[in-house]
Amino acid sequence: MEPEDNAAGPVIGDEEIHANGRDESDSQRHRPIISGEQLDIEAYAALYTGRTKTTRLLFIADKCGAPSMELEALRMAYDEIKKGEDTQLFREVVGKINGRLGPNYGLDDAWADAVDRRAESRKDKLENELNAYRTNLIKESIRMGYNDFGDFFYAHGRLGEAFKNYVRTRDYCTTSKHIIHMCLNAILVSIEMGQFTHVTSYVGKAEQAVDGLDPVTIAKLRCAAGLSHLEGKKYKLAARKFLEVGPELGNNYTEIIAPQDVATYGTLCALASFDRSELKSKVIDNTNFRNFLELVPEIRELINDFYTSHYASCLEYLGNLKTNLLLDIHLHDHVETLYEQIRNKALIQYTLPFVSVDLNMMANAFNTSVTGLEKELEALITNDQIQARIDSHNKILYARHADQRNGTFQRALQTGNEFDRELRAMLLRANLIKHDYNLKAPRKY
Amino acid sequence: MFTFFLSMFLLIFPLTYNRKEKRKFIINEGERRFDLMNLSMSSVESLVAQIHGLSSNIGELTQLRNYLKQCDDLLRTESTRLAPLLTELDPSVHSLGYLYILEACTSAPISKDQANKLVLSVARFINVCAAEQIRLAPEKFISICKRLMLQVMLLEDPMRGVAPLLTSIRKLQSSTEQLTTLHPDFMLLCLLSKCYKIGLSVLEDDIFEVDLPRDLFLYCYYGGMICIGQKQFRKALELLHNVVTAPMPIISAIAVEAYKKYILVSLIHLGQFATSFPKYTSSAAQRNLKNFSQSYLELVNSYSTGKVSEVEKCVEIYKDTFGSDNNLGLVKQVVSSMYKRNIQRLTQTYLTLSLQDIANTVQLNSPKEAEMHVLQMIQEGDIYATINQKDGMVRFLEDPEQYKTCEMIERLDFSIQRIMRLSKKLTTMNEVMSCDPSYLGKVHIQLGRSGKDLIMMIFIPFLLNSPYEERRN
Repeated sequence: MEPEDNAAGPVIGDEEIHANGRDESDSQRHRPIISGEQLDIEAYAALYTGRTKTTRLLFIADKCGAPSMELEALRMAYDEIKKGEDTQLFREVVGKINGRLGPNYGLDDAWADAVDRRAESRKDKLENELNAYRTNLIKESIRMGYNDFGDFFYAHGRLGEAFKNYVRTRDYCTTSKHIIHMCLNAILVSIEMGQFTHVTSYVGKAEQAVDGLDPVTIAKLRCAAGLSHLEGKKYKLAARKFLEVGPELGNNYTEIIAPQDVATYGTLCALASFDRSELKSKVIDNTNFRNFLELVPEIRELINDFYTSHYASCLEYLGNLKTNLLLDIHLHDHVETLYEQIRNKALIQYTLPFVSVDLNMMANAFNTSVTGLEKELEALITNDQIQARIDSHNKILYARHADQRNGTFQRALQTGNEFDRELRAMLLRANLIKHDYNLKAPRKY
Repeated sequence: MFTFFLSMFLLIFPLTYNRKEKRKFIINEGERRFDLMNLSMSSVESLVAQIHGLSSNIGELTQLRNYLKQCDDLLRTESTRLAPLLTELDPSVHSLGYLYILEACTSAPISKDQANKLVLSVARFINVCAAEQIRLAPEKFISICKRLMLQVMLLEDPMRGVAPLLTSIRKLQSSTEQLTTLHPDFMLLCLLSKCYKIGLSVLEDDIFEVDLPRDLFLYCYYGGMICIGQKQFRKALELLHNVVTAPMPIISAIAVEAYKKYILVSLIHLGQFATSFPKYTSSAAQRNLKNFSQSYLELVNSYSTGKVSEVEKCVEIYKDTFGSDNNLGLVKQVVSSMYKRNIQRLTQTYLTLSLQDIANTVQLNSPKEAEMHVLQMIQEGDIYATINQKDGMVRFLEDPEQYKTCEMIERLDFSIQRIMRLSKKLTTMNEVMSCDPSYLGKVHIQLGRSGKDLIMMIFIPFLLNSPYEERRN
């Protein structure tokens, strides 16, 4: 272990310097989510388009806890909303800003009213059009009508209505392209609403339409499926989906997810749930996924460090990323669990090949104290995840090989006893129940 | 084959039936004659004569029993004058007659001096009486035993009742699997006189046949307490489990108390308690038991944290409840079992550990105290370890049992034999149950008249309520 550790030391240093250096020069195209320092909100927001940009900004404002950052996020959200037509959200944000950003960011009633009026008239127009289409029974036009309605409601933040209208187009779809279009819309709205069961079902529906699927759509669907698995805490499935996302995704799906996110989500889930060989074959040797990893070098370094057993640097990367990941709208709930699983996996993997491990050295490798490590190992041993025992006197961990034969004997005896006990209890109960049945004619005692 | 038995049965049955009827008729005649004489003294004397005459074989004894039943009222009214008659009878030969007269004699309330005499005479009778005779009148026998017990309790000398009751249980039982009404009384006496070992000897028999559920509840409850007294926690757990999960239409105080003790013993012995009931538990128990034992469930919660301080805090809060339930002693054992459990857990993770560390992890005050605990646990065979006093280190070892000795093989073999016996019993019982007319009647009503389901039900009569439901198919 020792030489490797020594080798790891300088590498970490290099990496750090390198990363810091580039941060200043690079125009924040793909840095922001990932850096150890405070999140650069502007760069982060630039990754996304559409509604998710505002919701992500608002989410950051809610969670970050630092007033300056909160206001920055709110300011950008305000600007962003003003470009759109969602007056409801606008009022909400203004309420949150609460005048802290000066008069320029107050409640612009004139704008809101104008938008509302326009919306009203547009709605009437759409309704008339749709009615006309319906009387004419032109399928394609009706579909378009509903679709417009969906877009309209989506733009105004009425997600439930939008979802309904998008789904209504389904009856009027004539080609598989239409179906995919409908599904993508439904998925988009469901993700916004946080209803991931819908996402799964519409991904399934879209995937059934074989001929209309181009690589970009496939990549989009994979992302959506990955998100819904992530939300359902099925990290292994989520990892698989993210890893299958093709490089065609590019910046085509920024209304939901940025390619940087695909790399982050996929890697973290894979680290937490894959074993070593899977990690090698599905992540590190995956040429498709490498394109995504290139976007987020920290993540790439992290997974390579994990695979080459440089746990200290791997964990350090993770620690740096943590604050920003906690601000991610999809990942924040899962960060703790994923981190814990990754750390446990690292600990287990470290001990696996050895008959005995020096705890001092191991503590070095994990950048922690011996006593802390002992506690962690204790928990893992208690949960039967590491077969070993700790020699606390000499600070050595000894692998323990269970004696199959003795174990079998022990289990057999125990099972026999249990069976014996249960059988007797059962016979007794049966007799009592019988007594119940015979209550009318009890024996005379 | 079956039809053959049936026809045989039909042939024999009318004959026996008639004979019985006839005998009854004769006795009725005789009794009427006694009534006509209207002289109580002479009738009492003729009673003795009858007893003398009719005590030789089983046929005569049945006749005598029916006769004595008729005279029951007479005996009651004459109870004061009956005592001398007892000297004319030999309890070992005329057990049945003696039993009736003795029962009548002792029915009157008595003073404390007489109590002593009564206990002696009843105990003597129980010792020498013939089992097959007293089984003809079990209710009378039980009645005198209960009186014996009552007097022993009044005399505040429960130990005197233990041996007679044990004998009477053995004489009354037709097999060791049968639970008599005397069982709970016997257990109670054992408990009061602290004769736990004798109690255990009876508890070793597996009980399957029960007449009154209440007897079983009490028997298991008291039995559980005896086992707790002897630190046989596994057996205690089993007995208390029987009470808690027994089918019962309404909840009883016995079940509630048993549940409380079940929780505590479970913590001491297993180190955990599953608050969910097994699914065969009656719905009455599932609904109510937890409401009555909130403080105990709190204790379970605090125990599951694995911290002694939490448990102690909880005990302090509910001290009065535990005290008024007479469970404080057990609760203290729960607390000390916590230390044990924690040390045991350490053996799984550590090869060596200093006494100081042990004391820290299990929240003991000093390494010295930790050493005492470890020492005691080694002594009791709970852990395998050596203490190095020089360095203050404990070295935990693996279980030295290699499962290679003859004794171990013998134990295994014994276990297998026992389970085979039990399985056979289960099959027989299943068959008997599926032929039980009252069971079939009930099932028939439940299922309507669909024949196929009925046949299915016949094959699975009582597994319905068992954890082995996969056997249904």
